[in-house]
Amino acid sequence: MAEAKKPKSPKGTVAINVELCKGCGFCIAFCPSGVLEFSDKFNSKGYHPPHAANPEKCVGCGLCGMYCPDFAIFGTRNKEVA
Amino acid sequence: MSPTTKNPRNQYLRTDRMPHIWCPGCGLGTTINCFITAVEECGLPLDLISVVSGIGCTGRIAGYLKLDSFHTTHGRPIPFATGLKLANPKLKVVVFSGDGDLCAIGGNHFIHAARRNMDLTIICVNNFTYGMTGGQVTPTTPMEAVSSTTPYGNIEEPFNLPFLADCSGAVYVARWTTFHVRQAAKAMREAIQKNGFSFVEIISPCPTLYGRRNKLGDGLKMMQAFKDNSVVCNDADTRSVALDFRGKIACGKFVDREKTSFLDMYNTKMAERFGPFYEPYEGVK
Repeated sequence: MAEAKKPKSPKGTVAINVELCKGCGFCIAFCPSGVLEFSDKFNSKGYHPPHAANPEKCVGCGLCGMYCPDFAIFGTRNKEVA
Repeated sequence: MSPTTKNPRNQYLRTDRMPHIWCPGCGLGTTINCFITAVEECGLPLDLISVVSGIGCTGRIAGYLKLDSFHTTHGRPIPFATGLKLANPKLKVVVFSGDGDLCAIGGNHFIHAARRNMDLTIICVNNFTYGMTGGQVTPTTPMEAVSSTTPYGNIEEPFNLPFLADCSGAVYVARWTTFHVRQAAKAMREAIQKNGFSFVEIISPCPTLYGRRNKLGDGLKMMQAFKDNSVVCNDADTRSVALDFRGKIACGKFVDREKTSFLDMYNTKMAERFGPFYEPYEGVK
């Protein structure tokens, strides 16, 4: 039996500024890889910001940042994918 | 993941004014993202781009962009932008305004700037209502739609904005929704690079005042409706792209033609008349 597959490192990273979020859900609905989900926490305005539930799936396409009307989230492509 | 990570778009935004005034689910922030992407792709120095807005929710965009931006009186962003362009022809002047501002109160300025072929880029964010003043009917509200001034349904035929721009003489006409972010960014870049009157209509959700009254759901549901109902028909006849209430949304680039712009026409005429005595104005040195 060959040794177990090394887990692939994700191609992208998503960064969220929770205080700017207004919980519209655009990033969650339109993320093509299904990385994001609403978190149970509140921000100081009482909205549920998203959190990266499956960060390993992120491909760094940056669509979440394009859709976000509040400039609260953006994705970046990781430089070196092993 | 840390909240201190800086958004790369922040260099184009006045972050001291954030969070902005727009409702959750509004499409205006998405439109700004498309515009920032278009400006980045153009590669123009930021000193040479100027944004002019009128009044309304969309008029606030000028206040949030860290460019040379102007917030002008209601309906008059196009005359203001015309003056700006003629005073400094090196500038790329972008008019960023809403449907009520550009096509109701500033409707005459719109058709005459298109007729003259002024070298402006018009980005009209169409949310089918006057969002800031309480959801009144606009010239783009579809028939049967409910607004605060038409509680039993609108009985007036709405404007078909791409057709209005096309028949007035615009050289570039496109329409996209806030769901089509990449295509909208590309259309804005092409419109900025085009010499002449270029018009981009962006269909945007207004969940608070239009969607709620017409039972179209929140911003996300309206965006999903844009996704399901939009049909891409590039180079379609602009007469056929009128919008219906809950109907299909025809998107795409409808017009892309070459025409001499106002400034080029003026310089040619004056050079013809005065010969070597005429020196074209190149803007402030």
